[in-house]
Amino acid sequence: MSRRAGAGAGVVALAALPLAFLAVFFVLPVAGIVGRGFAPDGHLDVAGVLEVLGRPRVHRVLWFTVWSAALATVVTVLLGVPVAFVLYRLRFPGRGLLRAFVLMPFVMPTVVVGVAFRTLLASSGPLGGLELDGTPAAIIAAMVFFNLAVVVRTVGSLWAGLDRRREEAAAALGASPLQVLRTVTLPALLPGIVSAASVVFLFCATAFGVVLTLGGLRYATVETEIYLLTTQLLDLQGAAALSVLQLVVVSVLLYGAQRTRSTREHALERTGERDATRRPRRRDLPVVALTTLTLGFVAAPLLTLLLRSLRVGDTWGLGHYRDLAGTGGGAGQGTALLVPASTALASSWRVAVDATLLAMLLGVLVSLAVSRRPRARSGRRAVALLDSVFMLPLGVSAVTLGFGFLVTLDRPPLDLRSSAVLVPIAQAMVALPLVVRTLVPVLGSLEPRQRQAAASLGASPLRVALSVDLPVLWRPLLAATGFAFAVSLGEFGATSFLARPENPTLPVLIYQLVSRPGDQNFGMALAASVVLGLVTVAVMAAVERFRLGSVGTF
Amino acid sequence: MHALRALTTAGLALALTSATACSVGGGTTAESTGSGAGRTVVVATHDSWAMSKDVLKQFTAKTGYTVKIEPNGDAGQLTNKLVLTKGSPIADMTYGIDNTFASRAVDEGILADYTPKDLPGSVADYALPDAREAARLTPVDFGDVCVNVDDTWFAKHHLTPPASLDDLTRPAYKDLFVTPGASSSSPGLAFLLATVARYGDAWPSYWTRLMGNGTKITSGWSDAYEVDFTAGGGGGDRPIVLSYASSPPFTIPKGATKPTTSALLDTCFRQVEYAGVLAGAKNPEGARAFIDFMEQKSFQEALPENMYVFPVDRQATLPADWARYAEVAPKPFTVAPAEVAKNRDTWLREWSDVTTR
Repeated sequence: MSRRAGAGAGVVALAALPLAFLAVFFVLPVAGIVGRGFAPDGHLDVAGVLEVLGRPRVHRVLWFTVWSAALATVVTVLLGVPVAFVLYRLRFPGRGLLRAFVLMPFVMPTVVVGVAFRTLLASSGPLGGLELDGTPAAIIAAMVFFNLAVVVRTVGSLWAGLDRRREEAAAALGASPLQVLRTVTLPALLPGIVSAASVVFLFCATAFGVVLTLGGLRYATVETEIYLLTTQLLDLQGAAALSVLQLVVVSVLLYGAQRTRSTREHALERTGERDATRRPRRRDLPVVALTTLTLGFVAAPLLTLLLRSLRVGDTWGLGHYRDLAGTGGGAGQGTALLVPASTALASSWRVAVDATLLAMLLGVLVSLAVSRRPRARSGRRAVALLDSVFMLPLGVSAVTLGFGFLVTLDRPPLDLRSSAVLVPIAQAMVALPLVVRTLVPVLGSLEPRQRQAAASLGASPLRVALSVDLPVLWRPLLAATGFAFAVSLGEFGATSFLARPENPTLPVLIYQLVSRPGDQNFGMALAASVVLGLVTVAVMAAVERFRLGSVGTF
Repeated sequence: MHALRALTTAGLALALTSATACSVGGGTTAESTGSGAGRTVVVATHDSWAMSKDVLKQFTAKTGYTVKIEPNGDAGQLTNKLVLTKGSPIADMTYGIDNTFASRAVDEGILADYTPKDLPGSVADYALPDAREAARLTPVDFGDVCVNVDDTWFAKHHLTPPASLDDLTRPAYKDLFVTPGASSSSPGLAFLLATVARYGDAWPSYWTRLMGNGTKITSGWSDAYEVDFTAGGGGGDRPIVLSYASSPPFTIPKGATKPTTSALLDTCFRQVEYAGVLAGAKNPEGARAFIDFMEQKSFQEALPENMYVFPVDRQATLPADWARYAEVAPKPFTVAPAEVAKNRDTWLREWSDVTTR
């Protein structure tokens, strides 16, 4: 076997399991539901689908989706990179907690955060004077709020691993701090920034609850339009047309992002051992100030949520939290829920553990496959394609996927519709791209010659992985694990579409509570959201501790 | 050495997360349908399902069947999921399809004929007008979607609250009304239908006036009630909100006996919810037995406190607060289900045009 064929086979072998997963739990369902739209009565009707794409409303919807998501992505990156610097390169007390805190919005149920945002922005709210309620600015602010964590953590974990000596060398040679940033630091971070930006763009372009709640129905995106067409109007033809449009746009963007990444990626001098952080200096003041403002922006809706959860009738208290042990209620002795919130939290936790293990297993395999650099052009193309393919699940509407599950996984051997295993699988599919995007920039920046040297000195592939890859990878691995866990804890879209017998996850239960009348139920929903956020922060803070604790022992 | 240490750290982290969860995979798969499917009745319903365990235990004691609940979104999503899975139904029966979606469900052929034998007399009042539809869907409960007002606010501002749909367009009530949208919420759709029933083909011009008078539209009911409504707990600034006739009892302050809000009974649209056996059900006997049970006193009397709706059996005893303060609209607006099925999409598109202009 030639070397080249060997490398190709390696990629295929690594990607086989993730690809099989993708085929069954993504391609099959999406093809199933889109197929129904293309052939409503069993006859292929492409003209009908194309006609949908000609509607002026569809053009408006598409344009709004693209510009709002693009603007939100730019703002998220502009705010996120300084925060990543402060939280991952500067040393100060409470930094671990702040890193965990940044992740909180990511797991908060959109409906509840939407209510918190609107409480702030409504004309009667503290920020009512800005008159942002129901405007695109409110939608974009919420998108930034939810996705800041993606930029901070992806860029931050890459930054934490950068060797500071290069910057110091440049500075010693007379470069100004800005020049160092522009010529040394930013180029090194670019793969991570582009990675994060592409994920953020996907999340923004497919945002659903945020647009619905904060747009006041005035603004529609492709995602909300698919939802409306599928669940309310049962216009599968229209939904199929938009789903295909979404897939095409997303694929093009992913391919573009992938190219940007791969042409800029280059080997970095990294440090596995040295602590890359330093004490803040006077000239860090502007960036620290910006970070403080950004964190304040994140804290405002969360604080609103916390305050409202403590408001019981006309007094303050923990009543709503005590109610979480029960099943809610209303005017009489009735129940609002099938199970208490405490039980739902336990199932959320179990599902999240399973989803995290699955996402990490698949994510590591995909990342290893994608970060190979075959010599042949066709090989590189295949790897680039593979890279984009695993991002696609983020770019497809949860409604399309959910209804797809219903119509395709309904008979043996894949009679899974009412199976509880679908929930962790769906969540793992959502977390997978994040895991891949956290690991690949690091893997891609590894100096391949180190591996080759180790291999030529007689090290086995496992030994190479242990002694060359792992020292650099373990931080991002931990970051990705925590990230996947948080995503799974807060996941709602896909979960809500899958059969969930009598053990709902906490986000699903919060949605059930929010749609019931009564102060008690709404208060419980707020309290449950706060608990969900705190659990996430606790888990993330534990992960951070682990990292800091072990750094000292090296 | 570093590598080894790092590996142990990563391993420990993973072990920690999985160990504290007791079991990997455990718990999540515990509730599969199992082999005793013959004794289980699977009910596809909406997310608002809630019923006390005691009542369900009575059913099991009586018939030997256990009930398994599968929530599937709101009434529209529920109906559409059932339509999409026609031929291999996801349940034995459905509960929660309402009069705005009933015709679609029947037209799509997802239901089998069944009418319980011993129906309370008052049930006939809620039956679907079309005989073929009535044979497949049995009314279980109803609720009135009505405009609600914050009486305390109006008293404080020395203003008479509005009473009719027409009033909502009067200058005195400018910028005071908030309603969830028709395209994204089921009470919102009910309100649109109320205006269709009241104004006929002229409903778009009514909505134009409504929007001209500063009506605010939110995506969902909770958003309108909990953020914008003055009596909803969020400290909003709009004292008129679209909600339910059963909402006022929830606003009785602690230690008081009277609600601080009331429902305008001349603005209501009646939503009736039905149960039916799914065509191709694995357990049609069980499904029929459960529909029979839903019409009996114990289930009917448990409806208000669990699902905040009125029982179709008027002999059923209502909770004390309901009997006093949750009124039923004497003459609610109605639109024939077949009419709704025929025009829903056009109306929704037109409504979107008027309200987003």
